[in-house]
Amino acid sequence: MKAHVFITLKPGVLDPQGKAIHHALEGLGFSGVNDVRAGKLIELDLADGTKDSDIEDMCRKLLANTVIENFRIERGA
Amino acid sequence: MKTAVIVFPGSNCDRDLAVALEQVTGRAPAMVWHRDTELPDGTDFIGIPGGFSYGDYLRSGAMAARSPIVRAVIDAASRGVPVLGVCNGFQVLTETGLLPGALMRNAGISFVSRPVELTVENSQTLFTSGYEAGETIRIPLAHHDGNYQADEATLDRLEQDGRVAFRYAEEVNGSARRIAGIVNDAGNVLGMMPHPERAIEPAHGRTDGRRLFEGLLETVA
Repeated sequence: MKAHVFITLKPGVLDPQGKAIHHALEGLGFSGVNDVRAGKLIELDLADGTKDSDIEDMCRKLLANTVIENFRIERGA
Repeated sequence: MKTAVIVFPGSNCDRDLAVALEQVTGRAPAMVWHRDTELPDGTDFIGIPGGFSYGDYLRSGAMAARSPIVRAVIDAASRGVPVLGVCNGFQVLTETGLLPGALMRNAGISFVSRPVELTVENSQTLFTSGYEAGETIRIPLAHHDGNYQADEATLDRLEQDGRVAFRYAEEVNGSARRIAGIVNDAGNVLGMMPHPERAIEPAHGRTDGRRLFEGLLETVA
């Protein structure tokens, strides 16, 4: 069983990396990009029957720093 | 004073910190590897050095904060043993939760590496008794993720409780309220981005960092 964990900076937290990507896109001539926020995707290959609460625990204890980041879990087949 | 320096794969200021501790205390620290599970008996000071522990994987300090030896460091800190985290060590301490907030990518994106002026905000901590409150000192800085952030309530509490030990005299990396170093609620854990161990002998140009270790030696020993 696969799960995808999306980790994003909380709204309002400054994202210098996103800003740099934004500038680079503008430099390439892409107009109309209002903002860029960068995050992470972590793919987990899990034993069948792993509970949602276990994945949430993984996020809180290691995968995300909840001081500055949010996480969202998507379970696959 | 019996000191210990924690060494992670990717630490690169561990020897500088060891030299500083040996010069000031007259005794070489125990170098404790990340896989160890115990600190030497009677350790009365723990240093977490700068560097790029575990290659900064996931987030700076994140992997180190979950390493076996850091469990022992957290136990020791909760018993009141003084812990100093410098640079990556500060990042490790915030990741453990021993210190509040987080250290994010520098606001200007650039790696910052130069001596900077700091204001000593509180000279009453275990670590800052060698300084005068309000004094300006000059300490080298070298980091990419030194932008200290916490929510407003946490920042207000840090200020009110005198837990901001050092503040940048000028804007350096985007840190909230120009915070360069903070102590925990109990006052025995200090995290700071600048490197006091790089300013301990005249050959370093300045010796402002030495007084941190001397002050500590006086209060602890």
